[in-house]
Amino acid sequence: MDTPQTPPGGPGELETRDMLLNVGPAHPAMHGIVRIVVKLDGEQVEDADVEIGYLHRGFEKMAETVDYNGVMPYTDRLNYVSPLINNMGYCMAVEKLLGLSVPKRCHYIRVILSEISRITDHLTCVGAGAMELGAFTVFLYMIKAREYLWELVEMVTGARLTVSFCRVGGVKSDLPEGFAERCGQALRETRKVLTEVDRLLTRNRIFVDRMSGTGTISAEDAISHGITGPFLRGSGVAYDVRKECPYSVYDQMDFDVPIGTRGDNLDRYMVRMEEMEQSMRIIEQALRQIPPGPILAGSETGRPMAASEMVDQGKIGNIRSIADTRAVTDPTLEGAARPQHPSIAAGEKRVFLPPKEDTYGNIEGLMQHFKLVMYGHGVRPPKGEVYFPVEGANGELGFYVVSDGGNTPYRVRVRPPCFAIMSALPKLLVGDMMADVTPTFGSVNMIGGELDR
Amino acid sequence: MNADALIQAVKDRFPQGVIASHCYRGDATVLLGREVLPEVARTLKTDPAFQMNFLMDLTAVDFSAFGTRPSPAFFNSSGVGMGPRPQIPDQDPWPGPPGPARFLVVYHFFSLPLKHRLRLEVPLDEADLEVDSLTSLWAGANWLEREVWDMFGIRFRGHPDLKRILMYEEFVGHPLRKDYPVNKRQPLIGPRN
Repeated sequence: MDTPQTPPGGPGELETRDMLLNVGPAHPAMHGIVRIVVKLDGEQVEDADVEIGYLHRGFEKMAETVDYNGVMPYTDRLNYVSPLINNMGYCMAVEKLLGLSVPKRCHYIRVILSEISRITDHLTCVGAGAMELGAFTVFLYMIKAREYLWELVEMVTGARLTVSFCRVGGVKSDLPEGFAERCGQALRETRKVLTEVDRLLTRNRIFVDRMSGTGTISAEDAISHGITGPFLRGSGVAYDVRKECPYSVYDQMDFDVPIGTRGDNLDRYMVRMEEMEQSMRIIEQALRQIPPGPILAGSETGRPMAASEMVDQGKIGNIRSIADTRAVTDPTLEGAARPQHPSIAAGEKRVFLPPKEDTYGNIEGLMQHFKLVMYGHGVRPPKGEVYFPVEGANGELGFYVVSDGGNTPYRVRVRPPCFAIMSALPKLLVGDMMADVTPTFGSVNMIGGELDR
Repeated sequence: MNADALIQAVKDRFPQGVIASHCYRGDATVLLGREVLPEVARTLKTDPAFQMNFLMDLTAVDFSAFGTRPSPAFFNSSGVGMGPRPQIPDQDPWPGPPGPARFLVVYHFFSLPLKHRLRLEVPLDEADLEVDSLTSLWAGANWLEREVWDMFGIRFRGHPDLKRILMYEEFVGHPLRKDYPVNKRQPLIGPRN
């Protein structure tokens, strides 16, 4: 292992040995938590061994204990910088198992939010990667752009990171008013940031010298490891799940798939920068093509009354006071009112919750709510197995769901895209120098939540 | 090739190895005996009719608790069952779990030139949990098989370094098996010095 090498010049020269260096698990240059043991000959990396599993939280085991919609918060925490893509992937897998199709507007909402999530993921990856090479300003600019997008996500879903927005059979709520303008504004700011970063980095001598020629992987090696996503596209293979196996409304979107040529870190950086622009194109097209939502103003009659108060009056038998009222639901349920319900939910009452006006207002809604929410009840897909791939920010994110007809999933398997990339990391590191470990690992975009689940 | 043609092509090549096949929800699936797995995998990778250059996923399912979990609801029929929707006619129903075998090793393949997907399933008995490794054909199988070993305890013959990947080395048991309770405690291990 560390045998001293015979010095070439004869006696009087220095004796050298290989060194084993442990990078991690806690290391300032490692995004997430992983341990890389490198064998160094001076600065050259001779061999590398990657140890993962530090963030294993048992997603697949926990998914077997909760019901189908209860898995949603777990999926948020898989690739936690692009949670909406994970939500969407899982929901579409279960909907394929059920044989359910969601309304068109719901597809567009999911696509818009997925693309916003993809942009935030790439911003985080490129920003953090640049910061580790010393470009701290780039990181701050990209985090600023990410903030605009997170404010947008918060406007729609209520949360910035762990959103749990999609539901089996639809989404939680419709887009709020003024979303299109706010979105346009956020995308303008993001474009400004991307132009600025491009000017700072793309022809920057230090950045290019450190990134080009390092972390190279050939297309055959990448395919053999099962690598997909920007990593594979940087090596010249044009595989994007949105183009090859289109799902949702991606077949109606016009966008390009950027590919690199050499498969090194610089190509992957360029691919990610270009993909952000393509994602913005998709969002703009989706906002133009989205079928209009319902017109809300003046559609409901009756005196508004808080839903809880209505229920209390009804329970004590005071029904005359609630005769011509309409239930006004909590502000956190904004966007999920009865008029918006057909555009966010598949019209299958055995899968999706009724609007709260019906839950509190009539017995059928209450029964539907009860049958979906109470312990032991819930959505029960038919017995079967499905595999559904979506394009995650790191590559093909596939969900393999097996159902035994009960109310909890029997097996939920996530095919994590960065698992394949990390399995190829030794191959990427060997041959380069120790200082190249940082940009290579940065361009891998390892997200611990997705890798270890 | 579309899903049915793909299944038919696999059946034509390996008539004695294929146990069953189905196309539930459009996913071409073939159940194989484990003796023919290496040959089938090599054919899938190299044959110009298949050209499965991607091994997308390698996982396993433990069918020992299938359909046996008691429903905690008050009445047995209290659950809301979803039948198949009329617009996706269920002419190819799911055949169910693989008979007496407890485990099923599931392989997902994808062909980039021909754009088709195939799922291979290999049923395994609890007494003899071994199957051949595919690391010589796809490099990605290395870590995927380590994860299946870690989570289920299924051995892969010919794997260069079959050790745990997600759990720590001193972990006792295989967590994703159905007889491993969710809240089981592990023996405490002291610091390694």
